[in-house]
Parts: sequence; structure tokens; C-alpha cells
Amino acid sequence: MNERQSPAGVSSQPVVAVVGNPNCGKSALFNALTGLRQKVANYPGATVERRSGELSSSTNLTLVDLPGAYSLTARSMDEEVTRQVVTGTHDIEAKPEVILSVLDATNLAQHLRFVLELRELGTPMVVALNMSDLAARERITIDVDLLSRKLGLPVVETVAVRKKGLDTLKEELVKAILAPPPAKMDFGTNVKDRQKAARKIATAATISEGIGHRTTRQLDAVLLNAIAGPIILFGILFLMFQAVFSWAETPTGLLEAGIGLTQSFFVDALPSGLLLSFLNDGILAGVGAVVVFLPQILILFLFILVLESTGYMARAAFIMDRLMASVGLNGRAFIPLLSSFACAVPGIMAARSIANERDRLTTILIAPLMTCSARLPVYTVIISAFIPNQVVTGGIGLQGLVMFTLYIAGILAALVVAAVLKRTVAKGQADTFLLELPKYQSPNIRFVLIGLYERARVFLRRAGTIILVSTVILWLLAIYPTAPIGATEPDIAYSFVGIIGSALEVVFAPIGFNWEISVALVPGMAAREVAVAALGTVYSLSGSEEMIEAGLVSVLNSAWSLPTALSFLAWFIFAPQCLSTIAVTRRETGGWKWPAFMVAYLFVLAYGASFVTYQVASYLLS
Amino acid sequence: MSSTIQTVSLGNCKPGFSGTIEGFTTSTDRETNGRIDQMREMGFAEGLSVEVLHQNPFGKDPIAVRVGVMTIALRRKEATLVQVQAT
Repeated sequence: MNERQSPAGVSSQPVVAVVGNPNCGKSALFNALTGLRQKVANYPGATVERRSGELSSSTNLTLVDLPGAYSLTARSMDEEVTRQVVTGTHDIEAKPEVILSVLDATNLAQHLRFVLELRELGTPMVVALNMSDLAARERITIDVDLLSRKLGLPVVETVAVRKKGLDTLKEELVKAILAPPPAKMDFGTNVKDRQKAARKIATAATISEGIGHRTTRQLDAVLLNAIAGPIILFGILFLMFQAVFSWAETPTGLLEAGIGLTQSFFVDALPSGLLLSFLNDGILAGVGAVVVFLPQILILFLFILVLESTGYMARAAFIMDRLMASVGLNGRAFIPLLSSFACAVPGIMAARSIANERDRLTTILIAPLMTCSARLPVYTVIISAFIPNQVVTGGIGLQGLVMFTLYIAGILAALVVAAVLKRTVAKGQADTFLLELPKYQSPNIRFVLIGLYERARVFLRRAGTIILVSTVILWLLAIYPTAPIGATEPDIAYSFVGIIGSALEVVFAPIGFNWEISVALVPGMAAREVAVAALGTVYSLSGSEEMIEAGLVSVLNSAWSLPTALSFLAWFIFAPQCLSTIAVTRRETGGWKWPAFMVAYLFVLAYGASFVTYQVASYLLS
Repeated sequence: MSSTIQTVSLGNCKPGFSGTIEGFTTSTDRETNGRIDQMREMGFAEGLSVEVLHQNPFGKDPIAVRVGVMTIALRRKEATLVQVQAT
């Protein structure tokens, strides 16, 4: 629970920095060594995650998993952190006592070059010669003693996924704390010389080359095939969205039922009054409305983590690069945008892997246009109220078609906005696409489970803090001041929220929004789906959320005109609200400038789209 | 024999091409040299075998190349910096 604590204060134990190329099995080794005794935090002021963990052995050690890097010449924010930490120039992280350098045994020459560069730093080092589970089957044999002599460093052979060699590795790490710096050896000073030296050592130490990685080649022949490749990618994406919506139904229903039961329990147990309203309308309705999305978010992340862990994600980036290039981004941006369909917050954080600052900014700014799962309840309610449930053609329902159109509209808008941003505010040479396609691996269950646990924890913590606080504030604004005696309007009309709603109505009248909608947009700031709950409250309904939705459909159907409903849907494609997105954008861009810009441009687009929709629909229907 | 051996740019190669890395474009441009260093760091090196495995289905760019034991995806623009010899 010390996530926000400054890393330097976490412990006074000796620190071991885990360093290695991307795809060297570094994270698998880190997970095998630390298990759930790990913490993920952010370096204050920076946007790179700090993953650290305790290692229990004869002397307790703190392991810090540094972002994967190919060299000490930093080419992205991630690599810059690695460089600063190992060179001892990082603001907060102290220079590590020991560097644990991880090598992939199947790609020795390539990874050794980085080891040669690291050993120049003069920090005691231990080399882990790691084999992935598939690599172990390649029957590569390496003379570990010879390698150790040539490098002048202790080398330990490990198979992270089978927990092999971990005890020896721990012992070596403890020994290294008190070890002198590695003896000076001349391996050259530039990339080319070190490359040569690394190759020589690798050739000398390799006894058997192994059988090569045929599986990856065979899989790529299909998965990157000119015709099958894109079809499979879109098939996987289709399956993913299908799963998010269908698999989550049961657990979401259970959560909703649980919240409903708790609310009824409070109704029975407590006298009606402020406390009951606070617990039920404030906390449970507000925070509960967000928590019910946990299953959907976890299912989406399950897909993303599995795709990452198997090595497929890099292939997806390869296939999407062409499309992304047409709007001035590169294939890497596809990954954060995919996460944004669950929630823009993790999507915006995932943009950290993008090296080019302007590309990263563009990706962050368009992430909210991907239809996040919080917009689903809004779409569902409005569509069921206004779009007739009829079959268009070939078994495709009109309601489903409208939903699909809304998703596509968001994606198209994102592409157009990206193209415009890259020509204006984020102008500049787009970064190129240069990405290693790692060997395929069977998904690492440990990696996936730790990732899911981490996401669930972060999500629930957010619900318990930001969303809780904003919900409480909005609840207060909605019940005060109380209605005068003999009031004709619902109580909420006399509250601050009502006053704000009436003021906002002036602004929103041209796009067909009445004061009730204007009011609903305000609590919608906390989380978009809260707008649905807010509409329910405003239209003076009561009961469980399920009842609100069922009742709301018919109320809205009679209270709103069709142009208003369509305008409301158009608004939510852009939906310039959701405090969490704004907050994370501020953190990731290091100031208020870009979140302000984001809100402004989304607001203009939302208003414009709603205005056109409302006016055109009104004209056509009159 | 030697008269038939030709050095070509990797950026112009089609899937199915296989050969050996001869070297990199010599340049005085800092950005280009930085890019070449980055490619070396990722695994491109003289003497390694290369093979163009795939190209993007939507426009033949980027390409996926086997370099030694690694597979690296890159755009053709960067691939032109690599000089290769067909085998």
C-alpha cells in the first residue's frame, strides 16, 4: 500500500537492478524470483512504472525490474529510466549495488553486446543466462564456465518458467554485493567494436547451436500471411469484443445484484434520512456503477496480456503499422488504443512504450475516442428507448447496427483527429517503426495472473479514491439546498445541481438537451456511465439500478424527442468528460496544458456533432 | 563468380530474398548514423544472414526480416540503410 512512497524510502536493503534487452525473459525471471512480493508504482513526476520486489535469501535484497533496453543510449522514456538508474544519475533511485544482467541463451551474441556495455559501468554484475521454455527445447548448449571467464563475471544458467537455477542465482547476487567492480577488460568503446567482441565470445562459448526456432517461423507463415494474417487479427479482435460483452454478463450481473442487495439491506436497517441517502445514492450508486465494470475490464486485459505474453502483440503492431502510418502514427500506437476500448486510463498509460514524444502525445489525445466500456450503459439505455428492435437484413438487428456504428464513428474520428494533430500541434517527423518480433511462447500464466491482479487492484483503488470523492461531492451538490416547502418540481431542481443544470441548459439548448440532460452531464464527469444513474434520479425514479434502467427506457421515450436522443448518442461518441481520463492525461503529459486541450477539442467535437445531428434530425422529422 | 555477386539494399528486397549483411550506408548525417547504431543495437550486424520473411499485407511496407536468429520488423526506409548480398 506504499505505492506513492518515494522509491528511495522503500527500503534500505541492497538494491539489485534487473537489466536486459526487451524479450530476453527478464520479466519472467523477475516474476519467478519475487512472485507476488512485488510492487508496481510510478516514479514521482515521471511516467515510467517502477516494478520492485523483495528477494528472500540469506541477505534480503530489493530487486528493481528496469524497463527493457537495447543499450545505454536511451531512445524512449522507458530506456531513459534504465540509463539513469544504472549510471546513478536518476533523481530518486539510488545507484544499484548490483546489476543482474539477463541474457537470452538463444540469442547470445546480440544480448552479450549489452552486457559488455553494462560492465563498463564498474558496478558488480551477475549474468543470468536465461532460457525461455521454448528455447530450452532447442537444445542449445553453452559453456557457462568459459562464458564466465571470457566476461570476467559470474554467469548462472536459469530457466525462469521452471524455476531452475534460481537458488544459485540468489547466492551469486548476495556474494556480488561485497564483490569488487568487474576487472577492466577492453571490449571497445563503440557499438560496432562491442558487437564484434560479443560475437567472438558467443561463438567460443556456444557448444551446440540448437535446432533453431521452427515453431515461430511456421506460426508466422500463417499469422503474417498476406491474406490470412489480417483476417486472423480481426477475428481475434472480434472474439475479444464478443467476450468482453458476453462473458462479463454473469459476473457483472452478480456484482449489480450484490450492490442492489446491500442497498436494500441499508433501506431496511437504517432510518430514511441523510445517512441512508449518502450510503445508497452517494456511495453505492456512484462507486457501484463503476465497480460493476471490473469483469469487463479484466476480460479485456486477459486478452491483452495473453496476446502480449505469447508474442502476438508485436505481430498485430506489424499488421496495423500501414494503417497507423496513414495518419502519421506507427504500429506501436495500436496497442494502447486497443486497451482504450476497456478504459482510456490504462490505454493512456500504455502509450509510454512509444519512443517519439509527439507520437505518444497524439496517441494519448485520441485514446478517449475509443469507445470505452463506461459508455456502454449509456448507449444501451438510449438505443433501447429510441431505436426500434427490428431486423434490417440478414439477421442483423437495427439496434446492434446502431451500436456498431457508434463504435466505428469513434474509431474514424480518432483517425481523423490523429491526422489533424500530426499536421498541427504534434507536428514533426513521425517516428519510424522498428520492432523486434519475439519468439512465440505459450502464454505465461504467472505473468498473466500477476498482470490481472495488478489491474484489478489499481482499478478498485481508483474507484475507492477519485471516484468515491467525486461521487460524494456530487451527491452533496444534488441534495443541497433542499427544496422549499410546497415545491412543485422534484427536490433536485432546487439543489446546486439543479441550478447548474438550468444554467447549462442555455448552452446545450441548441443541441436539443433539456435541463435534465444538462444536469446528468455533470455527475457524468466522475464516470460516464453515472450519467445514466443521474438521469434516473433526475426523472425521480427510485429502486435498484436494474429498475432504473427498465423504467428509464420508457420515461425517456416519452420525455425526449428522437432528435434529442440521437444528439445525446452523438455527444457520447466524444463525451468530453470523465475525471480519471483528465487526471491521468495530466500526469502522463506533466501539466494541465494537454488535458485542457483534450477536453476543449472533445467538447467542440461533441457539441458540433450533436448540433448537426439535432438540427438535421429535427429538419428531417418536421 | 565474383562478377555475379551484387550488393543490393535490403529496402528493395522482396519476401523470399535471403542473403548476408555486407554493411551499412555510410553517411555523415547524424540522424542516419544514430538510426544505424539503433539497428546495430537491435541485432543488425555485418556477416549475419538475413531473410525477408513477410511484408505488410496492406502496402508491402513494413517488412519482417530474419536477422541471425532474430526477427525484426522495420520500414523499407530504414531497411535501405542495410547493404546485403544475395546468397
